[in-house]
Amino acid sequence: MRRLIFAFCLGTGLCSAQVGSTSVTVDRLVKAQDEPQNWLTYSGTYASQRYSTLSQITPLNAKTLEQKWVFQAESLQKLETVPLVVDGIMYLTQPPNDVVALDARTGRVFWIYAYKPSPDAKPCCGAVNRGLAIVGETLYMATIDAHLIAIDAHTGKPIWNTTVADAGAGYAMTLAPLVVKDKVVVGVAGGEYGIRGFLAAYDVKTGKEAWRFYTIPGPGEPGHETWPNDDSWKHGGASVWLTGSYDPALNLIYWGVGNPGPDWNPAQRAGSNLYADSAIALDADTGKLKWHFQFTPNDGYDYDSVQIPVLVDALWNGAPRKLMLWANRNGFFYVLDRVTGKFLSGHNFVKVNWASGLDDAGKPVATPTPPGAITYPGVQGGTNWYSPSYSPHTGLFYLSAWEDYGSVFERQENEYKEGQRFTGGRPGSAIPGSPNPGIRGAPINTATEAAGHGSVMALDIHTGQKKWTFPMTDVTDAGILSTASDLLFTGGREGYFLVLDARSGGLIWKANLGGAISAAPISYQLDGKEYVAIAAGHALFVYGLRDTP
Amino acid sequence: MKLRCAVLAALLPATGIYAQEHVGQSSPADVERGAGLYSANCSFCHGASGDSIAGVDLRSGKFRHAVSDEDLGRVILAGIPGTAMPPHKFDAMEINGVIAYIRSMRDFNTAPVATGDPIRGRDLYEGKGACNGCHRIGSAGSRMAPDLTAIGTIRAAAVLEQKLLDPNSTMLPINRSVRAITKTGKVISGRRLNEDTFSVQILDSHENLVSLMKSDLTEYTVLPITPMPSYKDKLTGQEISDVVAYLLTLKGIN
Repeated sequence: MRRLIFAFCLGTGLCSAQVGSTSVTVDRLVKAQDEPQNWLTYSGTYASQRYSTLSQITPLNAKTLEQKWVFQAESLQKLETVPLVVDGIMYLTQPPNDVVALDARTGRVFWIYAYKPSPDAKPCCGAVNRGLAIVGETLYMATIDAHLIAIDAHTGKPIWNTTVADAGAGYAMTLAPLVVKDKVVVGVAGGEYGIRGFLAAYDVKTGKEAWRFYTIPGPGEPGHETWPNDDSWKHGGASVWLTGSYDPALNLIYWGVGNPGPDWNPAQRAGSNLYADSAIALDADTGKLKWHFQFTPNDGYDYDSVQIPVLVDALWNGAPRKLMLWANRNGFFYVLDRVTGKFLSGHNFVKVNWASGLDDAGKPVATPTPPGAITYPGVQGGTNWYSPSYSPHTGLFYLSAWEDYGSVFERQENEYKEGQRFTGGRPGSAIPGSPNPGIRGAPINTATEAAGHGSVMALDIHTGQKKWTFPMTDVTDAGILSTASDLLFTGGREGYFLVLDARSGGLIWKANLGGAISAAPISYQLDGKEYVAIAAGHALFVYGLRDTP
Repeated sequence: MKLRCAVLAALLPATGIYAQEHVGQSSPADVERGAGLYSANCSFCHGASGDSIAGVDLRSGKFRHAVSDEDLGRVILAGIPGTAMPPHKFDAMEINGVIAYIRSMRDFNTAPVATGDPIRGRDLYEGKGACNGCHRIGSAGSRMAPDLTAIGTIRAAAVLEQKLLDPNSTMLPINRSVRAITKTGKVISGRRLNEDTFSVQILDSHENLVSLMKSDLTEYTVLPITPMPSYKDKLTGQEISDVVAYLLTLKGIN
C-alpha cells in the first residue's frame, strides 16, 4: 500500500503526504535503515548510528544548501527536539509538552496537541523534551510531569495517559521513548532530586506497565551491596534521561544510566553505586538485566552515563564482533562487546585528571583532585547528551566535546527531603572570578578561551585516537548526523548550522540560525529531494539544495 | 531598602562605617541556611556567583519578576511558567534562608574594605586617576573600557578595590583587548565584546562597533592582560578607598 501511494505521488506530482495511508509496523522500525526517506526513531535506527544513506547532498553541492522553511515554536524554552518523519509528515515536540504534526515539505501545521504538565513538575535543567516515538498510527510522548501519553497520529487526540512516577517527588521525563515490539520504553529523570531511577515498558495499546527495572537494586538483589547499609539506595538517583538502543537479533535493549545522588558528595554514599553511570543491557521482553558495565564508580562529578549507545558490527582484531561505542561524559571513549558487556578498549578524548587511565577491565584508576583543585573534565563533562554519529562509510565515530574544560567541586552533606534538590555541594568555576560555560548558552560568550571550548571530533574506533578535530570558540551541545556522501551535519552554542567533510573535518558550509543548537540534525527525502532538519533556539529549520530553475 | 542603606553607608564621609554592614536585615543563620539551599537548588543554573544566566544577575538585587522579598519567595516557590525556572518545595524557614542568601550575594568577596570619602573619590576619578580617559559614567568619559554607570549595583567594595590594585585578576576574558590586521593591511584594535568561531565583535579604538570575519584577517591577537594600569603605586591607600566609595555610589541612570 505504501509503495502504491508513493508511486501515485511520483506519477501525479500531487504529492501531499497522507497520514493514515501508512502504518509504522514493528518490521519497519527494525529495518528503518532501509527507508532513509523517513526518520522513524529518535536516533534514526535502533543501532543509533545517526547515519543516513541519503547522498544527494554532497561535499560538492552543499554550498547551495538553502533554507526551505522554518517552524517557530510557541515557547521560549530551549528546543532539544528531534523530529520524526513518516511518509511526508513530520512530528515534533515543542516545550514543554506539545506535539506538532506538520507537512515536512512546507512546514504547515496539521494539528497541535497541547498537554499541560502539572505545576508540580520540576525538571532539573529546563522544561525540555527531546522527541517522540511512533508505532502503528500512534505517537508516544514522555512528559516533564512523568506521564507517558499515547496520541493518535491522525488527529493529535490522546489515546491513553499513564502516570509513570510522582512529579512532586522530583521525577520527570525529558527523553524520547523507544518502541520495541509491542512495548514503549521510557526512563525517568530526577538525578538532582534524590529519585530512585528506573526504566519501564508499557503496552503500546493499553498503556499498562509490562515491566520495570530499577537502576538501583533493592535489598536482596545483586548490586544492592554497592550502596551503604542505610536508605541511600532509595534516593540515589541513577536517572535515565536519554533514549536507548536495541539489537533485535540479540533481543537486548541498551541504555545509559545517570549519576548517583547526591551528585557531588560521594562520601555520603560509599560504594560503587550500581547501576549509576553504567551501560545496562536488558531483555527486551522481560526487562531482566543481561549485563552491565559501570563507567564511573562512586561518581563525585555528575558524570551521567546517559549517552546514546551506538551499536556497530565491525571487525575487531580481525574478527567480526558486535560492538557498542560510547563516548562518556567522564572523558573516556569506550568500546564494549555488546553481547557480553566485556570491555574492549578505552581512551580519553579530552583532558582528564580524575583518573589516570583505565585498567584491563575498563575500571578507572581514580586520582581525585584535592579540595579546591580543578577537575577535568568539568561538571558538564567531556561530552554529554549530544547524539554522536558513526559512519560505516568512513569507519569513524563522531562526537561533540568540551575541551580543556574543568570545574572545582565543593562537597557538602545533604539531607534528603522529598521534592527538594539533592546535590551534595556545587561545581564552581575553574577560573576564580570568571564565568565558566554552563548548562545554558547566551548570545554573548563571556567565558571564551579561558575556560575551555567546544569541538567536533572524529575518533578511530580501534585506537580511540583523534582522526581530526573541528574546534569552536564556544562550547557545543549539538548532536551529529553523518551521511553516505561523507558529510557531517552539526552545530553549537554559537548558533551556526555546520556542514563538515566527514573525512577531514574541513568546513564546507555554514548558516547562522541565530540561536544555540542543542538538538541533533536529521535527514529525510520527499519528492526525490533530500532535506536536513535541525532545531536551533526556539525554531526548527529545514534545509535542502537550491532548486534549479 | 537594603540598597538604599548601602548608598547611605557609602555616602557617609569617613565615618568608619563599612559598606558591607548593610546586610543587617537577615540573621547570619538565615544566610547560612540559604547558602546550602542555594548551592543545592539554584547554583546549577544560576551559577555560584548568581550570574550564569544571561540577563539574570542575582547579585544586582534587581529581578524581572520580583521587587520585594515576598515577590522573590513567590517566584522561587512557583517557578516562572514558560521559562527554565522550575517550582521549588521549601518550607517557610527555608525560603527565608534562600531569600536572605540571594540578598546577600552582592557582598560576595566581603573582605573588610575601608571605604573612604566619595566626594574626594570623585575628584580622584576625574583628576589624578584619569579613570574617565577610558571609562564612562553616564554621558561623560571614554567608551574604551567597561561602562561604570551602574557599577555600584553589581560589584562589592572588595572587588572594586582588588580591581584597582590588580586589574588583571578580575578582568572578564570577554573584555580583553584584541589586535587584528586585515588582508589589506589595516590594523584594528579595540575591546572584545563577543567572539565565535568565525567572527569577533569589538569596540574599536575610535569607539565604533566593528565586526570582523576571522577569514579576512592575517593576524588576530587577544592580549592576555588588561590595558588598565594598577593604581597600587599611583594612589595612596586612602585614595583607593575614596575611589571605591565613589564607585559604590554609582547606581545607574535611574
